[in-house]
Amino acid sequence: MKRIGVFICHCGINIAGTVDIEKLTSQIKEYPNVVHVENYKYMCSSPGQQLINQQIMDKNLDAVVVAACSPSLHENTFRTSVQRVEMNPYNCEIANIREQCSWVHDDKQIATDKAAKIIKSMVEKTVLDEPLMPITVPVNRKALVIGGGVAGMQAALNIANNGYEVILVERESSIGGHMAMLSETFPTLDCSQCILTPKMVEVDQHPNITLITYSEVVEVSGFVGNFKVKIKQKAKYVDWEKCNGCGDCITECPINTPSEFEQQLGERHAIYRPFPQAVPNKVIVDMDECIQCMVCQVFCPTDAIDFNQKDSIVEQEVGAIVLATGYQLYSLKNLPEYGGGEIEDVIDGLAFERLLSASGPTQGVVKRPSDGKIPQDVVFIQCAGSRDPENHMPYCSRICCMYTAKHAMLYKHRVHQGRAYIFYMDIRSGGKDYEEFVQRVMEEERVVYLRGKVSRLYEEDGKVVVCGTDTLTRRNVEIKADLVVTATPIRPIEDIDQLSKLFKISINQNGFLTEAHPKLRPVESLTSGIYLAGCAQAPRDIPDTVAQASGAASMVCALFSSDQLYHDPIIAGVDEDLCSGCGICVGVCPYSARTLNREKGIVEVNEVLCEACGACSAACPSGAAQQRNFTDIQLKNMVKAILG
Amino acid sequence: MEISYYPGCTLKTSAKNYEKTGLALLPIFDISPVEIKDWVCCGATYSLTSDNLMYQLAPIRTLIRAKESGNPRLLTLCDMCYNTLKRAALFIENDEEKREKIKNFMDEEETDYRGDEVEVVHLLTLLNEIGSQKISEKLVKSPLDLKIATYYGCMLLRPKEIQADSAENPQLMENIFQGMGVEVVEYPFRTECCGSYQIVNRREIILDRTKKIISSAVKNNADLMVLSCPLCDYNLEATQKELIEQDSNFKPLPVLYFSQLLALILGIDPEINDWSLHNIDPTPVLKRKGLL
Repeated sequence: MKRIGVFICHCGINIAGTVDIEKLTSQIKEYPNVVHVENYKYMCSSPGQQLINQQIMDKNLDAVVVAACSPSLHENTFRTSVQRVEMNPYNCEIANIREQCSWVHDDKQIATDKAAKIIKSMVEKTVLDEPLMPITVPVNRKALVIGGGVAGMQAALNIANNGYEVILVERESSIGGHMAMLSETFPTLDCSQCILTPKMVEVDQHPNITLITYSEVVEVSGFVGNFKVKIKQKAKYVDWEKCNGCGDCITECPINTPSEFEQQLGERHAIYRPFPQAVPNKVIVDMDECIQCMVCQVFCPTDAIDFNQKDSIVEQEVGAIVLATGYQLYSLKNLPEYGGGEIEDVIDGLAFERLLSASGPTQGVVKRPSDGKIPQDVVFIQCAGSRDPENHMPYCSRICCMYTAKHAMLYKHRVHQGRAYIFYMDIRSGGKDYEEFVQRVMEEERVVYLRGKVSRLYEEDGKVVVCGTDTLTRRNVEIKADLVVTATPIRPIEDIDQLSKLFKISINQNGFLTEAHPKLRPVESLTSGIYLAGCAQAPRDIPDTVAQASGAASMVCALFSSDQLYHDPIIAGVDEDLCSGCGICVGVCPYSARTLNREKGIVEVNEVLCEACGACSAACPSGAAQQRNFTDIQLKNMVKAILG
Repeated sequence: MEISYYPGCTLKTSAKNYEKTGLALLPIFDISPVEIKDWVCCGATYSLTSDNLMYQLAPIRTLIRAKESGNPRLLTLCDMCYNTLKRAALFIENDEEKREKIKNFMDEEETDYRGDEVEVVHLLTLLNEIGSQKISEKLVKSPLDLKIATYYGCMLLRPKEIQADSAENPQLMENIFQGMGVEVVEYPFRTECCGSYQIVNRREIILDRTKKIISSAVKNNADLMVLSCPLCDYNLEATQKELIEQDSNFKPLPVLYFSQLLALILGIDPEINDWSLHNIDPTPVLKRKGLL
């Protein structure tokens, strides 16, 4: 017979106010297998824990049931506590008589009876509890970071600086992401490339970082500490081992096509690098544009051009993954009210960044796309698709208030006589020195802020007529603008659905990756070993992105700091004598933890993948899939105790 | 194929041209409109009053008549009718409590109505379902060198729940006319408000709107304007003469129901039009373009 002690907590008046503790204590005393019952005001307090441990030793207890609050709060407290007197933690169980009893009842009689039943059922479970040992898993101390924007670079550098190996995978040919496209950054106006390129070089030269660009992860398997990934390296048609980045091929290429990096405002060749500071400084061939005239091959001094190159797959094993896949801007095509992308002089924020950038298509001279004239009247439209649940995106894209203020300021710095108007709904400038920056733009730069939305705009006589309303003066406003800059929403990358399926990370209704807890676990995903950073999780600015990426990196380092990982031993195994190999449990397992061994004709379990949801136990027709310490007999006995 | 048809008041009075030509189009595509019995006022404007359901009775009675007719699709030509009927149907479908209240209001003999039994469909939607290719096959006149401005206004496109097409960039008329080789000019005010019932007490608003809309269409070389809403038609047409008197630079533009133009192109006898109902006589331009 098992010797079980029951410890009932008053939780102040939380439990004792509705449950008659003394009556309960005497009722439980009589129950089979219970050799000791005691109550105390706060069982979770240090004296409370000591009390339990003292009785375990004095009464030689095999197991304890703590009747208190929800196990989600203090199960860990008590299980850790009993280990100090050498009791197996899985012989300590919690009977929840607070959330599931005292808090939801008024009648003391009923609540006391119910508390007794809850405790009795827990005693029944405890009778058959086995002592368990945590499952250990080795850790592969190598991290995979996906996305080479500022988030991915920061995470990779932090992990690498802690002495761990990092593989950084980027889908474009160069790292840098969107930050490399920006002109100057708010609120300090430091040049974006000037602060970013040293980081890019550091990533490139870091001995612990392996940079795999122009590549995508196509397959992921395994689990925390032991992921296996397949990375597709897209054909570059240039042997990067040989390419020295001299750029002779680029100069000679006869094909011109709009540059993605320049937001279609400038051109690139068919053989190209996206921007001069590209890292790695290598070229690729855009086969959609290439006419295979072979001029590049002729001029290449290192004989690096290789038109026979094919996509290739590399396999890697890593212990942790950071997803930093970034964002894209909502296309103007989705905004017919603002010309639907058909009006040349209506552009988005990223395009304006390129017009402002000293290394941009106009060398930093603000020229409008249609005719290259310097615009004298520029209208900025904030929330052009954000905060518009009926037609577009319901959320706030968070950075637009700040970058629009910056755009207007930089425009006024470039075109002194120019007039800048900003249509806004609210100004959200919550950040260090952000509000001061906006005030400066309003007051010192003489930018006209109009509170209201733009209802439509259209082209007329070489101008873009912007029709809006100023809700503060309650007047309709019509501005004949030379250039219109829209702050379109930040969206997750186009193939976020595939990414979500690939890594089994859920996305929210707007497509952003979901964190494990919105407040307390903001950089972890619900899949252990996979972390999130940057705009893939939600729209955010550079400081927040870097902070979050550093957070994700330190989570990875914490994971790597031990040799072994421990996995909860409460898993559903297989009783090989009972299993008929029907495979029903394999289909219902949401974690792919179960596989059918056809040779042996039984199911096998990868214990590390099992999350103890119990789906297999419910589905198994023969009772072979039993969850440890939640066996069918235990559950039956518990039900009997409650009904009895 | 038969389809229930709800005319509404204007189609029987000032918008006779619209009804006659609109209905004349349908037999070409083997559709016979059947006017529902005992139809009443559509309500004219959809009432947003949430605590007085009296205003919803008229459109719902009409929907009940349509249900009784046995043809679940109810054709409207007037944009206003389309708007009120469709919104009333949606309202009663989505609000069970109010539906019960309205039911208790009704006379006992009224058929039970849930809101989803009748589909309100506008003539433009119906023609788009037929498709521009099929319509073009029936082409009798090849309208060379005809430039039209389309005008939608609001009732067909807003609110979003009942819109027949995109509120920002509707293509219902474009699809039909461009498909048969008519050039549809681009101008920014296809969905601009015509001023609506402000014509009753603040005529200056309509004058201002008409000037803006018509002048822009003229500037973009439209020969005429087509539309589908009798109120828009009234506002945009009736005020043009005043504008001519006010401003010698104002250039008028004939305004027709889209069905009038379509009927001419498809070879339907022009005599069914009563040209005297037009304030700005469209016949000269139609003759010039070989349509009359």
